[in-house]
Amino acid sequence: MSQSMNPVEAEKEYKARNKYKAKRGLRYFFRKCKEQKELLFMSVPFLIWLFIFKYIPLGGWVMAFQDFKPAKGFFEQEWAGLDNFRFLFGNERFFEIMRNTLAMSIINLVLGFVTAIALAILLNELRNIAFKRIVQTISYMPHFLSWVVVAGLVSTALAMEDGIVNTILLHLGIIDSPIMWLGVAHYFWGIIGASDVWKSVGWNSIIYLAAMTMINQEQYEAAEIDGAKRIQRILYITLPGIKPVFVILLIMNIGYILESGFEAQYLLMNSMNMDYAENLDIYVLRYGISMADFSLATAAGMFKTIISFIFLFGANKIAEKLGEARLF
Amino acid sequence: MGVIRKIVGKRRGVDDLIFDTINVTFMLLLVVVMLYPMLNTLAISLNEATDTVRGGLHILPRSFTTYNYAHVFNEAQIIQAGIISVLRTVVGTGLGVFASAMVAYTISRPHFFLKKFITLAFVLTMYMNAGLIPTYLLNRELGLIGSFWVYIIPGLIGVFNLIVIRSFIEGLPETIFESARMDGAGEFVQFFRIALPLAVPVIATVSLFVAVGQWNQWFDVFIYNSSIPELSTLQYELMKVLQSTNTSGGSAADSFSRSLGGQVEVVTPQSIRAAMTVVVSIPIIMVYPFLQKYFVKGLTLGGVKG
Repeated sequence: MSQSMNPVEAEKEYKARNKYKAKRGLRYFFRKCKEQKELLFMSVPFLIWLFIFKYIPLGGWVMAFQDFKPAKGFFEQEWAGLDNFRFLFGNERFFEIMRNTLAMSIINLVLGFVTAIALAILLNELRNIAFKRIVQTISYMPHFLSWVVVAGLVSTALAMEDGIVNTILLHLGIIDSPIMWLGVAHYFWGIIGASDVWKSVGWNSIIYLAAMTMINQEQYEAAEIDGAKRIQRILYITLPGIKPVFVILLIMNIGYILESGFEAQYLLMNSMNMDYAENLDIYVLRYGISMADFSLATAAGMFKTIISFIFLFGANKIAEKLGEARLF
Repeated sequence: MGVIRKIVGKRRGVDDLIFDTINVTFMLLLVVVMLYPMLNTLAISLNEATDTVRGGLHILPRSFTTYNYAHVFNEAQIIQAGIISVLRTVVGTGLGVFASAMVAYTISRPHFFLKKFITLAFVLTMYMNAGLIPTYLLNRELGLIGSFWVYIIPGLIGVFNLIVIRSFIEGLPETIFESARMDGAGEFVQFFRIALPLAVPVIATVSLFVAVGQWNQWFDVFIYNSSIPELSTLQYELMKVLQSTNTSGGSAADSFSRSLGGQVEVVTPQSIRAAMTVVVSIPIIMVYPFLQKYFVKGLTLGGVKG
């Protein structure tokens, strides 16, 4: 039928068809590349950087299914199937590691949220702005110290002889003789939790304080006229006001559930508290770098990333079902 | 009493008075808990080591000396580590923030056809971590081990920082960019002449985050360059002191003395550790209060919009 069409119409049709195609086709891509070459020039080098440093290492996960020998080339490795995972999950030590990881992570998560929200509420209730400023500035300070420094401060404070914690507890008559805090494995989780709160409570409260400034002040005024007490205003106005921020942060943090921290544990760990201190990251480091068992360490690391992903998506789904704010 | 009344503020009833009193008392306690460990370390660092061993030192030095610092600054290794710490902080922050800002600018442009793709590619890496071993092997393959650049290149762009800067630039009125385009300004000109100058508050925040991260980092030194003393950093040197005092029980057991102008001065691992702690912490503690208003804003942007 096309022969019966006049050339002008044919040309029109051809153009229309190609225009539709061009929307998504390669030609569209190249045209855009040409048009926006400056933006490409600014971003593509870093996209390549991202690919090399963040995506290529994911290919290293293949090692988890091999019996990787660093001396051999990448393609000469022997395959091990699921042996590394079998060894991992059949290993009693691994269960202790998982227990420590989850316990410290959950303690840090719960303590972190509770203390940060509590501090934000109390700061918000201070009437003297200058005093509030000073307290806030001091409470952020430890966030800027390195874990190396904080670990030093913690071990000084917990020292057997002359440590401030033992001194106070002895004075108050709570204990009769000084305790070797870092020498008793059972105390380790608590020490990590407390150190983490000390270091980050001020910093973590910032976001809640910011959310509180968004709350409509008229609500407080109306509540006051209705005779609501201070506590009631906190419970019924302030807390619901920061709920969306809380939910988003909770989802993000649940994605990091196996991220119980590395530096604090590594720096405060010793031979006496090791059974409660060693977590997944330290395990990976010990097997991978110190014992050069790359395959096993990679399997453990891979396990961690996959679990984190599942938790993140799970938490996001639940938030969606409950009609809460969500991450994506 | 006057001071307390001033802090507590105008009260409206007995309930309020009780609440405020408890609250202010709690805050004062918090300040003590936050400051005591730092002041205690400062006191130890300024106290004669032999006197510190006697115990009972709190927040004021009893027998003042600067010898602990003199000892720290006399060690060539520490001076060298200090230079590397400063270098990695300056170079890492400069390059990292510049790269982040540039990428952030491109993904803030509504018309950029790769905007979504690039954003997703970066954000995914926040949760997809290959883990220590693959990363280690990659850096080894790239010849970064044993080099200064292992401190800079692998962590060049932080995704959180990228998102914070992007959100800020997206918040700028698009009309400014439009009128620049009308005047024939290309993307580079718009980035350097408009986006960067207007984004100074957020650039300051991110620079603080990156600089603190670089300054406080010790793990990459430990993993990649622990056998190369010329590339050690202050935090890593402090970490080594800390680990050695932790295992030995950390007291006067292994103190050593040196004669200084006829007078014998003694240092202990404890006093050296305290002096080094102060040296590595002072720069940050001096800087952060001045950037406070910026980072509060920056953190909010990243947290809410990220």
